Amino acid sequence: MATLKARLSTAPVWLIRHQRWALIAALAFACIYPYVVRLYFVTLAEDVLIFAIFAMSLDLLLGYTGLTSFGHAAFFGAGAYLLAYLTTRFGVTNLVITVPLVLLGTAMLAMLIGFFTLRTRGIYFLMVTLAFAQMLFSIAINWSAVTGGSDGLPGVPRPSIGIGPLSFTFDSRESFYYLILVCFLLTYWLLRRIVNSPLGWAFRGIRENEARMRALGYNTFRFKLASFAIGGAFAGLAGLLQAHSARIASPENLYWTMSGQVMIMVIVGGASTLSGPVLGAATVRLLRNFISSATPRWETLMGAIFILFVLFARRGIVGVLSDARKRFEAERPATAARPAEISESPQAEAE
Amino acid sequence: MEAFITQLLNGLVTSMLLFIVAAGLSLIFGLMDVINLAHGAFYLLGGYVALTVMEQSGEFWRALIYAPLIVALLGLIIEVVFLRRLYGRHRHLEQVLLMFGVALIVTDFIRATWGAFVESVPNPELLSGHVTIFNVQYPVYRLSLIGFGLMLAFLLWLFIERTRLGAIVRAGVSDAQMVGGLGIDVQRVFAAMFAFGTALAALAGVVGAPIFSLYPGLDSEVLILALVVVVIGGLGTLKGAFYGSLVIGLADTFGKAALPEFSRFLLFAVMAAVLLIRPTGLFGQKGG
Repeated sequence: MATLKARLSTAPVWLIRHQRWALIAALAFACIYPYVVRLYFVTLAEDVLIFAIFAMSLDLLLGYTGLTSFGHAAFFGAGAYLLAYLTTRFGVTNLVITVPLVLLGTAMLAMLIGFFTLRTRGIYFLMVTLAFAQMLFSIAINWSAVTGGSDGLPGVPRPSIGIGPLSFTFDSRESFYYLILVCFLLTYWLLRRIVNSPLGWAFRGIRENEARMRALGYNTFRFKLASFAIGGAFAGLAGLLQAHSARIASPENLYWTMSGQVMIMVIVGGASTLSGPVLGAATVRLLRNFISSATPRWETLMGAIFILFVLFARRGIVGVLSDARKRFEAERPATAARPAEISESPQAEAE
Repeated sequence: MEAFITQLLNGLVTSMLLFIVAAGLSLIFGLMDVINLAHGAFYLLGGYVALTVMEQSGEFWRALIYAPLIVALLGLIIEVVFLRRLYGRHRHLEQVLLMFGVALIVTDFIRATWGAFVESVPNPELLSGHVTIFNVQYPVYRLSLIGFGLMLAFLLWLFIERTRLGAIVRAGVSDAQMVGGLGIDVQRVFAAMFAFGTALAALAGVVGAPIFSLYPGLDSEVLILALVVVVIGGLGTLKGAFYGSLVIGLADTFGKAALPEFSRFLLFAVMAAVLLIRPTGLFGQKGG
């Protein structure tokens, strides 16, 4: 019994130690995934990957820049509505056109909202971002001529890419899954480059001590605005994919519970890492899916799970994993030769 | 002119209801630095409990007393069991997420118990009918609601400024630790004020139900409007909640009459303007 327990507790450590191989195996599995599982699980994986993009984009604000935005659904929903408008009203399904337009549109929206909200900080910022996001929700509900009111904009077609005879439509479930997988990997890679660039370190500096950054000559307002715009644009990308996947842009995407849900994903997974939000998105979406198929009272259960997480696992899944690693390395002092990395556990993902 | 007066009175009714909600939100924040994201859910729960009490007893005043008490008890339990573990300077996010979880559970409970339909609530019989003021026929209930709101504002002001408990609360707003050092049981004051704040939300739910009806989704509307009010007025001050409610209540009512599709837009334009000029709100000292 004791050995089994010891083995189980070292399993996460094994995963962390052999991270490279675990990642390669996961990637290989992700590539053959749609051919080895049932259709239902392909759809589920799409959902998880879309929300992983969304959660990573919030983590840039929340975990790296220290901006506790409770209105991130604004950009997710705006991305979905922009895409739905482009496809259903203008018939543009080509990703070469829609992706840049949606990224630009949501980044500009983020700059506009950020221009007002970034004057506040802390709890005020949280309230004000929530209020602005909810304004977009009420516009989506009331301005039915453009947004379709509470019905949203249905009839979003599948995306396509290329020109003339070289064009391709993502009609099959498998091709659409690969499209989302590529978007996810690109987002992960880009965000990882951003957070490890000088810009990313400036964001972290603002998170740790904004006054000092200002004293060092950084125009922190502009950096925060940049973070907000980048995060907003990636959330817009997630919204675009969501609209293509669900074939509708619905006001629910803008609702404040969506902002809450994505924030929970970041916290459950572990903020200030990029792998945390991915794990959090998978946990929350899978839980939600399984619970909602079992009971109509799934919101109560989700609420209870969120409360338990907040009370008992403050640092999220990645935090729990890195604690396990610390324990493991404390038991074997010979391998614990990297004290700097241990003290900065949030960077555990930088292998 | 008649239309203007009707709108003005409607605006004041909305303002007073908003004040009752926002005062609770603002007091809770002022004292314990907690943004109660379940405040709108407590408003709605108060309204639905009142609906059931009225259906059982047929009397409005019973609902007016029982509903806030029941919801306050729930608030007390939440404070003592959960929220108390999460006080502290850098734990805003955890408190917010805790209350978000509570809001999800309460709204789901409402949907399970009362269904997802719009429930209209009749005016109390004693206050039914119309009166004529300035050549305008106006419902007695709405008019008395304006009076009720003003009276409540005055009573709250008396409580905060003129009583011993109010002095403790004011001292707690500036420095809760210091108050604890003076030998006052801050934990009990916190618990009492959290329950009192939720009772105010529920009370607004009861008196607002005959005007705005009850439906799932109203909770977030109320929460957001109350947040906008305290952002404009400044968090943690009664005065801010009062004037903020007047601005938002009137702007919302006249906005709806002039530009029905973009009425909310007007509210947020007001909020954006206040943020540009005074990020801490018109009467705020905290935060910013």
